[in-house]
Amino acid sequence: MASSSDSSTPRGEAWVWFTGLGLIIGLGMVIGLLSLVFVNGITVFWAPPVPVAQVDDGRTIIGQLAQRRIRAGSPADQPRYELQYQVGLRELNGNSYLWVDETKIKAEAFPADVLGLERVEHGPAFVRPQSLRKSDGKVVLITDSAFESALQAEVSAAAEVREKFEEITRHRIGDVNHEMDDARVALRRAEDLKLADEIAVRRRQIEGLEERFVILKAEAQKIVNGGAVALLDTKDAAGREVVIPLTQIVRAWFPNRLDTWGRTQLFASRLGEFIFDEPREANTEGGLMPAIFGTLVMTVFMSLMVTPFGVITAIYLREYAQKGPILRIVRISVNNLAGVPSIVFGVFGLGFFVYVLGGSIDQLFFSDQLKYNNNTPVFGTGGLLWCSLTLALMTLPVVIVATEEALSAVPRGMREASLATGASKWQTIRDILLPASAPGILTGVILAMARGAGEVAPLMLVGVVKLAPTLPFDGTAPFLHMDRKFMHLGFHVYDLGFQSPDSDAARPMVFATTLLLIVLIVFLNLGAITIRNRLRARFKGASF
Amino acid sequence: MSQIMNPPSSSRIKVRPATEREGRKDYITIKDYGFWYGQKKALDAISLDIPERQVVAFIGPSGCGKSTLLRNLNRMNDLIDDIRHEGDITINGRSIYDPGLEVISLRRRVGMVFQKSNPFPKSVFENVVYALRVVGVRDRAVLEEACETSLRKAALWDEVKDRLDDSALGLSGGQMQRLCIARAIANRPEILLMDEPCSALDPIATGKIEELIHELKDQFTIVIVTHSMQQAARVSDRTAFFYLGKQIEYDTTEKIFMNPSQAQTEAYISGRFG
Repeated sequence: MASSSDSSTPRGEAWVWFTGLGLIIGLGMVIGLLSLVFVNGITVFWAPPVPVAQVDDGRTIIGQLAQRRIRAGSPADQPRYELQYQVGLRELNGNSYLWVDETKIKAEAFPADVLGLERVEHGPAFVRPQSLRKSDGKVVLITDSAFESALQAEVSAAAEVREKFEEITRHRIGDVNHEMDDARVALRRAEDLKLADEIAVRRRQIEGLEERFVILKAEAQKIVNGGAVALLDTKDAAGREVVIPLTQIVRAWFPNRLDTWGRTQLFASRLGEFIFDEPREANTEGGLMPAIFGTLVMTVFMSLMVTPFGVITAIYLREYAQKGPILRIVRISVNNLAGVPSIVFGVFGLGFFVYVLGGSIDQLFFSDQLKYNNNTPVFGTGGLLWCSLTLALMTLPVVIVATEEALSAVPRGMREASLATGASKWQTIRDILLPASAPGILTGVILAMARGAGEVAPLMLVGVVKLAPTLPFDGTAPFLHMDRKFMHLGFHVYDLGFQSPDSDAARPMVFATTLLLIVLIVFLNLGAITIRNRLRARFKGASF
Repeated sequence: MSQIMNPPSSSRIKVRPATEREGRKDYITIKDYGFWYGQKKALDAISLDIPERQVVAFIGPSGCGKSTLLRNLNRMNDLIDDIRHEGDITINGRSIYDPGLEVISLRRRVGMVFQKSNPFPKSVFENVVYALRVVGVRDRAVLEEACETSLRKAALWDEVKDRLDDSALGLSGGQMQRLCIARAIANRPEILLMDEPCSALDPIATGKIEELIHELKDQFTIVIVTHSMQQAARVSDRTAFFYLGKQIEYDTTEKIFMNPSQAQTEAYISGRFG
């Protein structure tokens, strides 16, 4: 009775709370996930102080603290923790990481002479340096105040040598190899067709290329020998002497000496390497530039393909198709296409795009290539083009539905005004309906991009690889190679997390890569949203 | 009888004197015209002739079919599914349902102004010359000339000549409606249909549009649908009164307002129903 007498109590208050609760749970999960990824992803590049720890079994550990967790099987009311140290020197220790019971650590100190090294091979190292044998033969002791500057100078000198060497071995020798492959194919073709002139020309070309190859190789060797090898004498935690050639060192820092500014500089340098460099060490170190580039190019191409397809389809469905059961069935099918698992699109892409379409293209345009190059396919294998097309197909329903909605939301008055002036249906669509519905169409494209950029499963079937030797874009014509395989951030996350030989080393990179993928998608969407808002501003007030 | 001669409310309505009304040939001929939306019959046995270069007003209560008839004169109702008609409408002797007549060319000859002003989200200039653009006129000089002529005819030129490249959506309500009139007359149609063109405007803007209708009468045949008795009396030469899809009375405006022959007409114009 009380409830009926108190008419001022709003009904349904409980439901308002209930819906609010739903929103809070949803938001909480999203924010939790994002902050987990952000914190774990960003701290990868931060260099903390590195302890020298004495364990009560007599061991000494020098290493960066990686994790602290409750020991399996320890009682819940009195948890015992164990610590994971990244000790590095994989070639000596067998493993880069080490678990120690927290209670077994007797003493911990942070001596200033602990040196952290990032190396070209075998992962990082944490050592106590003794002396530096410089490339000019002089020896600098650790006690010398000039030790650190001398070390850094040698590190940058070594990096320059390495860069020159890379330039020759990877790019110039790579180009020669590329030309050699083409020439060999041409030679085989000429021999097969018995073109005497052509054979002679090609043979001479191959001889020339071989000469160039030998010269380049000698040049590379000279660089390796010429950059006189500086050596770093160090001792590891157990007191063993370890000699590390400077050519192996990518980066060196004294983790216990750095001030905040120094750590920030190191952070920026590592972040820069992560974004702009190529991967090293089975993708667990180095940068992700090829993957960032691949993801970006693939997403842009996907959008360029899906937009015209989707818009044209939607125009037909909305403006021209005869209303009736067939149209209804087509609409239902399009909507259901959005619910098909993405791996199914991958299988379709492999079967249709790669084998049927790509195979036919190879038969028609690259038959010489197939015949004289051991049946190596050009388009008949996974590649950037097929990935973009597969994802375009997958995101097509999103664009179709958004475009149809946008077209039907154009005020009737605008359509009537255009038709009443004697414009044809097509002119009305082109001049009035499409510009007015452009913001709505772009919303669809944004959704499609967001879905496509994060998709991995279908790409694994149609052209994404763990490590692509070349970018899909380079200086040789036709500059953009749509047939090439490429790297993708989403696949990179999967590969690091589940396919990596050293999962402990890969773990931080998984977070960093995930963060990068999220940031990339956010930026792509921000770009599209900016365009949409510009368009919206143009049509502001167009309500009737 | 005297009550019919002097209906109480029509004494306030000023009717324009009947000058030059006779002696013009019939231009639009509607004969035994019926029209259905699906199963619903919206128009029944309409027959009326509209003379050349005159203003004809359609009046009647909401839902009487006057807008439907107007929208059939340029076949705008073709946009609606499931419609049907009987009888015929001819313009200058030719049926608008002639299969050889493209509906696009019909609409180019029969311009239309709508109840709500509906400028395109383009510049003032592009709005006015839209009808010329769709027939493929590219010559900038021709477009500019047509733009100025139409805007002058629509009495809008002085107000917008300095902002032809601004968005049409920044104009006031009355200016937008006059812009729509300018757009409708830019390709020199023969007939201008107006579907309650002043219903969303204030009295001053309404007055301007009515002035405009007087001016345009010299060049166009105008059919106007209106809910305002005063407006029908002020602007039209002939008036048709519709009720429930039927044509009750069609005569000179003077006759309809001063001496209607049907009791229903009298009741409506005197405000007793509708």
